[in-house]
Amino acid sequence: MMALWQSFVELVHELMPWFDGSIATILIILIKAIALVMPLMLVVAYFTYAERKVIGYMQLRIGPNRVGPKGWLQPIADALKLMTKEIIFPTKANIYLFLLAPILAIAPAIAVWAVIPFDEGIYVANLDISLLYVLAIGSIGVYGIILAGWASNSKYPLLGALRSASLLVSYEIVIGFALVTVVMIAGSVNLNDIVMAQKGSILHWYWIPLFPMMIIFFISALVETNRAPFDVVEGESEIVGGTHVEYSGMTFAVFFLAEYANMILMAVLAVIMFFGGWHSPFEGVPYMEAAFAWVPGIIWLLAKTSFFMFLYLWIRATFPRFRYDQIMRLSWKVFLPWTIAWIFVVALMTQLKIGPWF
Amino acid sequence: MTFDQILFYVFSFWFIASSLAMIFSRNAAKAVLFLILSFFSAASIWILLEAEFLAITLILVYVGAVMVLFLFVIKMLNIDKSTLRAKFAGYLPLGLIVAAIIIAEMTLVLGGNQFGLDVVAAPARHAADYSNITVLAMQLYTTYVYPFELAAVLLLIAIIAAITLVHRNEASRKKQSISEQVSVQAKDRVRLVSITSPKKEAK
Repeated sequence: MMALWQSFVELVHELMPWFDGSIATILIILIKAIALVMPLMLVVAYFTYAERKVIGYMQLRIGPNRVGPKGWLQPIADALKLMTKEIIFPTKANIYLFLLAPILAIAPAIAVWAVIPFDEGIYVANLDISLLYVLAIGSIGVYGIILAGWASNSKYPLLGALRSASLLVSYEIVIGFALVTVVMIAGSVNLNDIVMAQKGSILHWYWIPLFPMMIIFFISALVETNRAPFDVVEGESEIVGGTHVEYSGMTFAVFFLAEYANMILMAVLAVIMFFGGWHSPFEGVPYMEAAFAWVPGIIWLLAKTSFFMFLYLWIRATFPRFRYDQIMRLSWKVFLPWTIAWIFVVALMTQLKIGPWF
Repeated sequence: MTFDQILFYVFSFWFIASSLAMIFSRNAAKAVLFLILSFFSAASIWILLEAEFLAITLILVYVGAVMVLFLFVIKMLNIDKSTLRAKFAGYLPLGLIVAAIIIAEMTLVLGGNQFGLDVVAAPARHAADYSNITVLAMQLYTTYVYPFELAAVLLLIAIIAAITLVHRNEASRKKQSISEQVSVQAKDRVRLVSITSPKKEAK
């Protein structure tokens, strides 16, 4: 194995003599990225299955149960179907931008995962400004939807794209302000440091001092990912399918993957920011801490994330769709004043050293 | 050639190519997309310079917000290319003069004699635990705190001014009262009328 590796390194140096970077480093980064993206795609696939099952049971139906045992192969059948379907191009559409749009949607949705810490020391990249990176790369995803609407050269996609652009820009401000309070308490924009700052017990997590911010963050996350009750971008009853109207087959599937990857990302972010990341909820509790010490941190992170992912489905099955202008009002007139006010509250709490958080 | 240098030349090439493409593009939406690509390339070069905070802020502010609004506006505009072309000859002399002045100024300030390794030393590599954002924050909130706060207040005034400009003509504005909409009762909107239908005469 080592001999094979050595000969590979020699080959690379022979082919590219100007290259002095360590091939091993680049390969390790590649392997890390694959080890992250493959399970992510699998989770996305089975998240769609979970969504149909959960909403099915909430509506007293069974949900998909035909493909494979208990319908377990349904997402794979869906993927095969979407891959083999024809991709239709609208006659007057701008083909390049039409195909660029789904790429622009999925690329940031996956690139963001590079800085997410899953456990102490388990991440692809430990960026000093990882929170800003998440916000910056996350804000690029909107181009996918805007371009999809514009390049389709069709009226409903354009309307959907207009809604999406204004909604996403508005709610990015809210999310930014809500996360500023987290940064103020943790004193760092590094996601690792933010999780480490919540070490101690369940009372040290930031959901207590930042309770309103947590609610606002989660609701804004619903808007950012176009989820019900804020899914006006593809509001079927008003604009058919919004930006997705003209997309078929794999191009549509890519949008779908991006949306679900973003949903899971927002759930993980909520856990990292407000629910102690990979820390066990039994920390600091006598006996319980020792009894659950064997559970690795990543299990706790995934368990907490699963709860928030379930919350997405629960909310979708519960609430009717918001009206577009009401969503805008919620952002600018309700959430934004609250977040700005809470920044001052947190500043006061920091100065007066209230609670175990500072 | 080191890996950093390869990256630098790749990003620089894309920076220049996309900037040129942006200027020569006839389609406004494509021009915006090329501008975004050049922003990305600039951010990548800044990251190579270890100025990651600046790079991420460039993407967050310009790519994430400003350019989205640009695209938003371009989609709403109905640009008539023929009227634009009709005025082209009239503006050409003035445009050429302005372009010449700009080129002259930029060669003076950004010319080869101002840069290069003999004028500006190559920036020293920092250790892995060097935090660009901490250094910037220390400078902004201690040495330059008053200019920083002044700039923030200036921006706030600009926001308020823009909103006030839009919010003139209080009387003609259409508004919704959310509390009224929420507290509405069924009887306010729907009136059920019982109508006794006249019986059809049997034929």
